[in-house]
Amino acid sequence: MRIEPKMQDPEVRINNFEEVNLGYTDEEAIAEAQRCRLCGACVKGCPVGIDIPAFVNSIAKGKFRQAIDIIRQFSVLPAVCGRVCPQENQCEKECILSRKGEPINIGALERFVADKFSEKETFDIPKVGKSAGIIGSGPAGLTAAYELRKAGFDVTIYESLHAPGGVLRYGIPNFRLPDKIIDKEVDYLLSLGVKLQLNFLIGKTVYINELLEIHDGLLIATGAGLPSRLNIPGENGVGVYLANEFLTRINLMHAYEFPIYHTPIKKFSKVVVVGGGNVAMDSARVARRLGADVTIVYRREEEDMPARREERIHAKEEGINFITLANPVEIILDEYKNVKQIKLEKMKVSGKGLDGRNKIEGTLEYFTIDADAVITAIGQTPNRIIQENVKGLNLDSHGRVIVDENLKTSLNRVWAAGDIVTGAATVILAMGEAKRAAADMIKTL
Amino acid sequence: MERNKIILKEKIAENTYSFWFYNPEIATHFSAGQFLILRVVKEGERIPLTIADVNKEKNLVRIIFQVVGETTDLLSKLKEDDIILDVLGPLGHGFEIPDGTKSVLLVGGGLGIAPLFPKIKEIAINHKLKADVVLGARSKDLFILVDEISNIASNVYLFTDDGSSGHKGLVTDGINYAISQNNKYDFCIAIGPILMMKAVTELTKKLNIPTYVSLNPIMIDGTGMCGGCRFLYGNEVKFACVDGPVFNAFKVNFDDLIQRNRQYREQECQLFKGENR
Repeated sequence: MRIEPKMQDPEVRINNFEEVNLGYTDEEAIAEAQRCRLCGACVKGCPVGIDIPAFVNSIAKGKFRQAIDIIRQFSVLPAVCGRVCPQENQCEKECILSRKGEPINIGALERFVADKFSEKETFDIPKVGKSAGIIGSGPAGLTAAYELRKAGFDVTIYESLHAPGGVLRYGIPNFRLPDKIIDKEVDYLLSLGVKLQLNFLIGKTVYINELLEIHDGLLIATGAGLPSRLNIPGENGVGVYLANEFLTRINLMHAYEFPIYHTPIKKFSKVVVVGGGNVAMDSARVARRLGADVTIVYRREEEDMPARREERIHAKEEGINFITLANPVEIILDEYKNVKQIKLEKMKVSGKGLDGRNKIEGTLEYFTIDADAVITAIGQTPNRIIQENVKGLNLDSHGRVIVDENLKTSLNRVWAAGDIVTGAATVILAMGEAKRAAADMIKTL
Repeated sequence: MERNKIILKEKIAENTYSFWFYNPEIATHFSAGQFLILRVVKEGERIPLTIADVNKEKNLVRIIFQVVGETTDLLSKLKEDDIILDVLGPLGHGFEIPDGTKSVLLVGGGLGIAPLFPKIKEIAINHKLKADVVLGARSKDLFILVDEISNIASNVYLFTDDGSSGHKGLVTDGINYAISQNNKYDFCIAIGPILMMKAVTELTKKLNIPTYVSLNPIMIDGTGMCGGCRFLYGNEVKFACVDGPVFNAFKVNFDDLIQRNRQYREQECQLFKGENR
């Protein structure tokens, strides 16, 4: 039987922002690890190629230190990935035991050993006399910084916000990824000699060509932070949030601790969240914790939702309503432009798309839901500040930076990785790309 | 020197302060019209402030602010040699003066005079154009930067609500007055409270004078990420932080902005029970 870690009780956790998943005990971790057949199928599902059977086998033998050392050879963010990776679509999907519906809980095991060791691993860093600038301190930036530093580069990370972590910090709530986990991962990099320059927005505070004067190479890892909008009437109403704003208020600015923290958030009574990804789940669960009755509306079927399975399950346990096959057409405002209702069109399935998800079409039947806030979480597009302030950087029609097979951009000595290249994807994919970019930087520079 | 260290602090009017602080990157990358975002304490909010001036030789940046809430109150309590915790900038776009411009009318109301100042400098000193300035305040004591502006502007017309300084009247009266003095303007820049900018825009539309306003809505990151500063501009949605902060006034939906800026009034008052509330 697959062993699930203990969770905070839903009735309790909807009143706090503490982590929901409480993690394994030593005994649970060993028992879960001992189920592994060591076939190695999982590795091909991991974008950073972690030697999963090796670390799981170490846990099975109670050699926890050995397990984390194995993971660290491949990933600088195990405590993060153990928490936020969509394992069911990656390593656990390939697990031979998944055929019986009980794959090894690889995510929980990774998290277990990552949390177990807070002391810093130190190793000799060669001196190569090269310098790299990393733009953005999200998962891609942190991963590349680690790889480049290990290879002996002087590394400086530039971050526009006042705290590092990128989307890990502003996007993912504390009940899923506590701040102290991000701090721990970043502190580890700093202990290796990586420099971090906060409050630097490259393209405004300094320009790319200036950075090229002080660094041998640059990596653009600025992510996909620009929210997509519904483009329907009423979306500038009071109480309509792009999920980024709602989550940034909560995660980066700690508005849920107002007035101890000074950034406010309103107490809403009925919140509608639009979207089916992790950002939608996070927004809904935050709104629930602020005391609202929450409904998620999604235009396709639940099985098509891109969100992690665990987040969907947790959302439901927390009493969040799901309405699927419903597409917003208008946010209805009162005379003071406050949100009053959201009007939706009923959708119906009209076959399967190439990606295996249901295709949908409108029915011209409409219904409304009462709400005093609407949060839209329908995707993000690449940040644009750098692109607008440098000449010669080639972009595609979506504003993504175009790279070659080694993740080099059209600018000399400049690479790019993560969501800025792929569009909004996952933490682990960004990390995989960043590793490849760093490898090419090390080889070329 | 440490970044963001306050070099000079002056009280320039009731509840209004001018800081010069050290920040080489902002000082050297600034163009008139841009703003910054700052935070004073680790529990604090991020607030946008227009950059009032820079000294590129000494790497100094000037901000002027009035104590209107918790963050500006905390900021006002910093002393010379203190460090401002976080400063991000310069943000947004500078204001580009259209080719062929000969004469500009600049209108500043209340604290809007501070963000107007770098634009007056840009037009009068850097471009050597005619820059007439209408300044408005509730009363004499609330005027800021009048001497500094008088030194560089072509004409300065002062208007107060109570007549305690200059003419009695609103800045819209000031615009009519400036025009009545046989002045012709290629365009107008108006900065101040939203209601003032709305009133100016209604007037200049009638007078057929192209007008620009600098917007200061609620922002968090200031880099285009959160969308809190969005508003309707013609038929498009714009983000004031990355698309502005200076916009063609005739396309700005002021009513949209007014409602959005009021969103957190209750919480803002709960947090800050200052004297002028």
